[in-house]
Amino acid sequence: MDIKKYITSGILELYVAGSLSEKENEEVHAAIQQNPELLTEVLSIENAIVKLTAAASKTDSTYLFTTIKKKVDGDVTKVVSISKPKNNWIQYTGWAASILIGSALVWSISQNNKLKDQVATEKQQLEEQIDKASNNLAEAEKLITIFRDKDIVSVPLSGQAVSPESYAKVYWDKKTNNIYLDAKGLPAPPKGKVYQVWSLKLTPLTPTSLGTIDTFMADNNKIFTIENANNSEAFGITLEDEGGAESPTLEQLYTLGAVPAAP
Amino acid sequence: MNLDQLVLQFQQKDIKAYEKLYNMYCNSVSGIVNNIVKNDDVAQEITQDVFIKAWNNSESYSSKKGRFFTWILNIARNAAIDYTRSKKFKQSKQNLNSDFFVDILETSQSLDNSTDAIGIKEFVTKLGDKCKKVIELLYFKGFTQKEASEELDMPLGTVKTRNRNCIGELRTMLGV
Repeated sequence: MDIKKYITSGILELYVAGSLSEKENEEVHAAIQQNPELLTEVLSIENAIVKLTAAASKTDSTYLFTTIKKKVDGDVTKVVSISKPKNNWIQYTGWAASILIGSALVWSISQNNKLKDQVATEKQQLEEQIDKASNNLAEAEKLITIFRDKDIVSVPLSGQAVSPESYAKVYWDKKTNNIYLDAKGLPAPPKGKVYQVWSLKLTPLTPTSLGTIDTFMADNNKIFTIENANNSEAFGITLEDEGGAESPTLEQLYTLGAVPAAP
Repeated sequence: MNLDQLVLQFQQKDIKAYEKLYNMYCNSVSGIVNNIVKNDDVAQEITQDVFIKAWNNSESYSSKKGRFFTWILNIARNAAIDYTRSKKFKQSKQNLNSDFFVDILETSQSLDNSTDAIGIKEFVTKLGDKCKKVIELLYFKGFTQKEASEELDMPLGTVKTRNRNCIGELRTMLGV
């Protein structure tokens, strides 16, 4: 490189002015690194421009450095110990608040759904209760009509040796060949056992099974409608194994009652 | 002290290096700013801002991109131009009556008494109009070579050599 020519081209003056492109600046910088002569020239140009530009200032600014130093020191401590944590604090608070609001929203939605479900369930339960009550009423009315019917024969069954406290009542409607057994006075059957109802002929003693009461525990009023086409003279109830027995186990005879003779 | 080293220490937030650089360049910065805002008090304020900005953004300077002095002059020009766009400046605009750094030199009453300043004052009054304009655009206004060539209606190469000659005269007079 021809150093003299490079210098006289005026590129270094433009370099100090900052008028060159970025690429040119890098080229000049590289050339200066390689040629100390260029650095001397640049320093001289710079010195002249420093003085020229300083002459356009009306007052000497050097005394102002203490003010700047204070501001810079203040800035440093501010930036390090106050500004940053403050920003973080605001940021964290913002995030915390939005999470809080978000979870509150989710919570209230789920609460709302829960309430809706609860209301629906309660409504259904209420409807079931009303339904049940009206059914019960219908049943009760039916029973009353049965009991008042003059053609129905009422047969009280009294407790026997195995369970003297027990009692039951049979209402026998001969027209429909149905008996209505009121078994409220019987104790709950042990597990694996059922009550079996028998129609009896007395001379000679002939038992005929009318069936087992499988729904004893489930039934609320303990009144069971059982078909009976026999010409019964007495009714008995025994406790049998689940499924019933061919003939009554007389040791487990709970109640027994004879049909009163027709007037 | 090597200037490159001084700048490096400044970038590492060495307040002593900062003060040295400030003392070297503060009047140049305020001269550049004053030439643009035409108000010495405002120029002093902006000069402070320029050096604080330089301190806060010191890591953005790289010697590959140019001289440190050139870098800080750039900050100064931008800060001054920003100010001229502010409301405050537009309200005080009617007081302006000088356009060139030359006028500032010629009309300044309180210029400090250094021989350099007096010498420059005498020198610039003797400069040709074309020299004054080239220096004004390139150093005070921060025009690129191309912008200056368009503004002065002059070929790129002529801008370069004329500027070289003008600065050469200045250097001779200052003995640098």
